Amino acid sequence: MTLLLDVQNLVVEFGPVRNPVRVVNGISFTVQAGESVGIVGESGSGKSMTALSILRLVNEPPARVSGKVLFQGRDLMQIPKRDMPAVRGKEIGMIFQEPMSSLNPVMTIGDQIDEAIFLHEDLSKAARRQRVIDLLRLVGMPDPENRLSAYPDQFSGGMRQRVMAAMAMACNPKLLIADEPTTALDVTIQAQVLAMMLDIRTRLNSAILLITHDLGVVAEICDRVVVMYAGHIMEDAGVHELFANARHPYTQGLLKSVPTLNDTRKRLHQIPGTVPPAGTIKQGCPFRPRCPMRMDRCAVEMPPLVAHGPAHRAACWATQPEGVA
Amino acid sequence: MTVLMTIDGLTKSFADTSMRLGPKRPPVRAVDGVSFHIMQGEVLAVVGESGCGKSTLGRLLLRLIEPTSGTVTFEGQNMSVMAPEQVRQMRQRMQMVFQDPFGSLSPRRTIANIIAEPMDTFGLSGTGKARREKVAALLQMVGLPSIYMDRKPRQFSGGQRQRIGIARAISVDPTFIVADEPVSALDVSIQAQIINLMQDLQQDKGFSFLFIAHDLAVVRHIADRVAVMYLGRIVEIGTKGQVYNAPHHPYTEALLSAAPHPEPGRRETRIILQGDVPSPSNVPSGCAFRTRCPLAQDICAREQPALREVAPGLNTACHFAAAHPITRHRAQA
Repeated sequence: MTLLLDVQNLVVEFGPVRNPVRVVNGISFTVQAGESVGIVGESGSGKSMTALSILRLVNEPPARVSGKVLFQGRDLMQIPKRDMPAVRGKEIGMIFQEPMSSLNPVMTIGDQIDEAIFLHEDLSKAARRQRVIDLLRLVGMPDPENRLSAYPDQFSGGMRQRVMAAMAMACNPKLLIADEPTTALDVTIQAQVLAMMLDIRTRLNSAILLITHDLGVVAEICDRVVVMYAGHIMEDAGVHELFANARHPYTQGLLKSVPTLNDTRKRLHQIPGTVPPAGTIKQGCPFRPRCPMRMDRCAVEMPPLVAHGPAHRAACWATQPEGVA
Repeated sequence: MTVLMTIDGLTKSFADTSMRLGPKRPPVRAVDGVSFHIMQGEVLAVVGESGCGKSTLGRLLLRLIEPTSGTVTFEGQNMSVMAPEQVRQMRQRMQMVFQDPFGSLSPRRTIANIIAEPMDTFGLSGTGKARREKVAALLQMVGLPSIYMDRKPRQFSGGQRQRIGIARAISVDPTFIVADEPVSALDVSIQAQIINLMQDLQQDKGFSFLFIAHDLAVVRHIADRVAVMYLGRIVEIGTKGQVYNAPHHPYTEALLSAAPHPEPGRRETRIILQGDVPSPSNVPSGCAFRTRCPLAQDICAREQPALREVAPGLNTACHFAAAHPITRHRAQA
């Protein structure tokens, strides 16, 4: 396996320098080539901010972003901002939640996908047209030749998300970042789009970084999962390991509170309390007020991410294995 | 158990009222000849994808919008022919909880005023101290401290606002509550709290509950019976056990199978429907589901299947529902 993306100590903060609101709190994680990694979290966990800062799409100011984002060994935080468009869309593709607000309503979808190729590659018009048709076929658009001249409003939500995916995949990116790609879609359409993403992945061998709040979606298409809460990584592990053997009380509570089709419990498990607004908990573990296993130490010090086995890390004083200080 | 509400042939179509030039579009039949009943103290879940008419149905039952045809009989009275004042009086016994906890509470009013408004309307709130005591008791019932009553909605999180919406709905002791996607805007860890709260209140107070959702997993814990809608029609309705364990309609099966499962390694067995939901202004002839149905035959384009009892406690609108799903899959394979 080769390391594709290596995020080190990423911090995103807003507000006054002396008393900042940290929405992403020094997180580190990696994505291997061809791997699909899910970042799961509730609102305010900092998952979207993480995705946007990898692409350097966070406005600075007001935000302050620090840390390293090593993509194929090159630190994206250090390259001049004007060079970023050459990375975005070419080496890293993006899919966002709302396909309608991310597509240009007065441009045909053929021209929009063509633009993504035109900006990054030196191909003749005819070759580009052929590529657009191939891309639309790849994402499962029926009758692609005749759909090139259609406008976004002529498509349904699921089809627009396919157009977005075709644009994201236009230059065979090594990494595809998808921020809640199926959240706005109905379940039967979501199933189609997830199947499409899996299909793209096996055919082009791109890595996927999927941002979502839905553990079901993660179980479906991810190899590895990063669980975020209030700007911190609480746990990360392989998908089977995480679902079978979660070590953090937040992950455990989250897994138990998801309603599923085949469970026969009379009541749902509930995590008490509410998600804290971003940056309000400045000391100790942010999950502490809701945690069934909290200890005195949790109020003082944020627990570090420690290994709980191969490729499994969790940040919790209570479940930390013995022998780790 | 006695019947609380009987719905017979309920239809709502929306005409094209746009100012655009050119021919008018055909009317959209959001709800198309729906008939069912709700028992006293029962939780009926209505499930379907966007545009299936589930929210329109909820609003029709409360007569927040007027039906195009059909009748709703509530506690023995035909609501469709009632005078507006009578309907208003009726609303004391029927309340609604809305989807958007941010949009459904007035930002300028205090929590006490928001919660007491239905009681004020029906002259039940009393004055001064008595009114505040009632509000405090309601806040406690939904798990919020009573000191919150003088705050404004902006000071609360989504889950807390939904609790306030629920307190308001139960304030007048209704016999029937419609909840339109009450948890779909909430985080997973908060969803469970609200579902449990509604389940407890329902069992405690015994009101009937129409729970509208787009997700079958969410209603699993709370529903007694489940109705599945597709393009304005009920395609399957039955007890929870029947609908989840032995559905006979291919759409219900697909919906169950499409829900992403928080359990890795199950992706092989999925039924993936082809295509999109057709536009409600241009519903396919015969069975509306036939354009995406894996079982569709010629007859499905010609004849609209009626809801028939196919198993005890299960009514299904499909020409091929009689064949048990499992044998049907074998036949296909």
